[in-house]
Amino acid sequence: MKFLFERDTWQEVFDSLNKNKLRSVLTMVGVWWGILLLIGLLGSAKGIENSFNRLFGSFATNSVFVWGQSTSKPFKGFQEGKRVRLSLSDAKKVEENVDGIEFVVPRNQNGGQVVRNFLSGNFSINGDYPLLDKVQKKKMARGRFINQSDMDDRRKVAVISEEIYKQLFEKDVNPIGEYIRINSINFKVVGMFENGNVNMGPTSDIHIPFTTFQQIYNQGEEIGWMMITGKPEYDIKQIELDAKLLLKNLNRIHPEDKRAFGSFNLGKEFAKMTGFLTGMQFLTWFVGIATLIAGVFAIGNILLITVKERTKEIGVRRAIGATPFEIKRQIIVEAVFITLLAGFFGILSGGWILILIDKTIGQGDDAWMVNASVSIGVVFIALVILIFLGTLIGLIPAFKATSVKPIDALREE
Amino acid sequence: MLKIKKLHKSYPIGDSSLHVLKGIDLSVESGEMVAIMGSSGSGKSTLLNIIGMLDEADEGEYILDNVPIKNLTEKKAAIYRNKFLGFIFQSFNLINYKNALDNVALPLYYQGLKRKERIEKGLFHLEKVGLRDWATHLPNELSGGQKQRVAIARALAANPKLLLADEPTGALDTKTSYEIMEFIQSLNDEGKTILMVTHEEDIANMCKRIVRLKDGVIMEDSFVEQVRAEQYV
Repeated sequence: MKFLFERDTWQEVFDSLNKNKLRSVLTMVGVWWGILLLIGLLGSAKGIENSFNRLFGSFATNSVFVWGQSTSKPFKGFQEGKRVRLSLSDAKKVEENVDGIEFVVPRNQNGGQVVRNFLSGNFSINGDYPLLDKVQKKKMARGRFINQSDMDDRRKVAVISEEIYKQLFEKDVNPIGEYIRINSINFKVVGMFENGNVNMGPTSDIHIPFTTFQQIYNQGEEIGWMMITGKPEYDIKQIELDAKLLLKNLNRIHPEDKRAFGSFNLGKEFAKMTGFLTGMQFLTWFVGIATLIAGVFAIGNILLITVKERTKEIGVRRAIGATPFEIKRQIIVEAVFITLLAGFFGILSGGWILILIDKTIGQGDDAWMVNASVSIGVVFIALVILIFLGTLIGLIPAFKATSVKPIDALREE
Repeated sequence: MLKIKKLHKSYPIGDSSLHVLKGIDLSVESGEMVAIMGSSGSGKSTLLNIIGMLDEADEGEYILDNVPIKNLTEKKAAIYRNKFLGFIFQSFNLINYKNALDNVALPLYYQGLKRKERIEKGLFHLEKVGLRDWATHLPNELSGGQKQRVAIARALAANPKLLLADEPTGALDTKTSYEIMEFIQSLNDEGKTILMVTHEEDIANMCKRIVRLKDGVIMEDSFVEQVRAEQYV
């Protein structure tokens, strides 16, 4: 490996590349383009992935929502069409009996008129457990989310979205500690959260303690729906099936009744999307590396021609004492060097393109590409692939160069 | 210095083979200047190539400086060529994208010498052929005679025991030829052993010994009165 650090090795490489500058440059275009494509596409794919992650980042994606509808089959003396309503005890049983459950969050929702001073509007009012914050992370701009003592004391406190704040409050007023009237009952605002990019399930504008909701709407034990979050290692589809079966049992519903419960499996939807992303990444690698291989072959091809043209020179070198190994080594170093140089420029221009993407479509909250970039690891892998392919492709002209006997090489005109 | 016994060489041509060398016996002592003559097809170039280890004999013995040259691998041949032999070609065979100095220093590169040493030795040999001022010029900026002198400097650079010249004046006009011969004679005067292939009588007569080949055998091997080239220059 010592020869790699000798000036002469590189002098030889530069001399032979300099000999035909145009051709050297044209040779590099293929690999340059391949790497550019690889970096550009991978970066873009990453950007799209990042934007998805930003959308779902605050959300436990391994979740399913379940709510009650009407039965479609008679069972145990009940007619079909029985209204199904979930209750708190259902939620508790699901949490206790289904495998792989992380949280079960019962929720209630109602619409209501909300008034503050002279401003008013109609919003959805949610009765929620403090646990919701774990599943559907609220980014608090001010104040806090509902806590356990709010629940215990059935406090009339509300956590509002920024959107509501804009509608109900004058500019620059601190909403914390102010009162709003929900259905003629005064609630103290204790927190304000930023609007998430994605709202899974019904829109939620105002959160009040679950217990308070029970009381003021006279809900009793009934709940609107439950959010079931599975542990990451469990399959959310199985959890959904298990939970529904259990709920059917508890509510005396035919086990094969498909309409009794409605559900939305976020995990399943999310898996589709991540599957799409994975596919895109695979495609990117495939296209990038295929282009790269084509580019490297172009280098091999040109080197083969170069070697053919240099047959006589190589003969002279051998006549004055170059061993076949030295000749081969030189040609392989040239191949790897051209490949790496082209790759280097490819990475550089790929990087520029990513910067450009970031500066243009990567800005703002609703950008569909966020921080389009490739990791150092990817660049490193690309470089290793280049060295590997360069060496491999250099072997062909290298062996070609020394396959001719020096005597025949010298006769070549 | 050099001993050849019963050397045979044939080349396959289609189904048959062409017997080029049919038992050559030749021995050259240190300090000799030998011209190998013969018409084309007589085998003189083949003989020189075998001596230069660019080609291998089918049969026979070849001993160079007490080293039997036999069954050489390409690597070994390259090392021997570098150590023992200096080549001078008819068409100079300089590397056209390297300047005169780099061309001269190339054998030293393959000997593994340090760059500084190579430049020093290269310049020394360029000086010797009177082209020190042309060190940074590319071959295409030099005249034919100058190119051949650079080539001679290159052949000398590795300080070989034997100089092999294949028609060294073949591509040069008469006047330049004599200048080159004068220089080669001066190398011989310093004690270098020189073997050259030529088909020009006047050039051959400037050597000390003429070996005439015909159809692969030595017809005549005689020592001659050396004609000094300087009288024509």
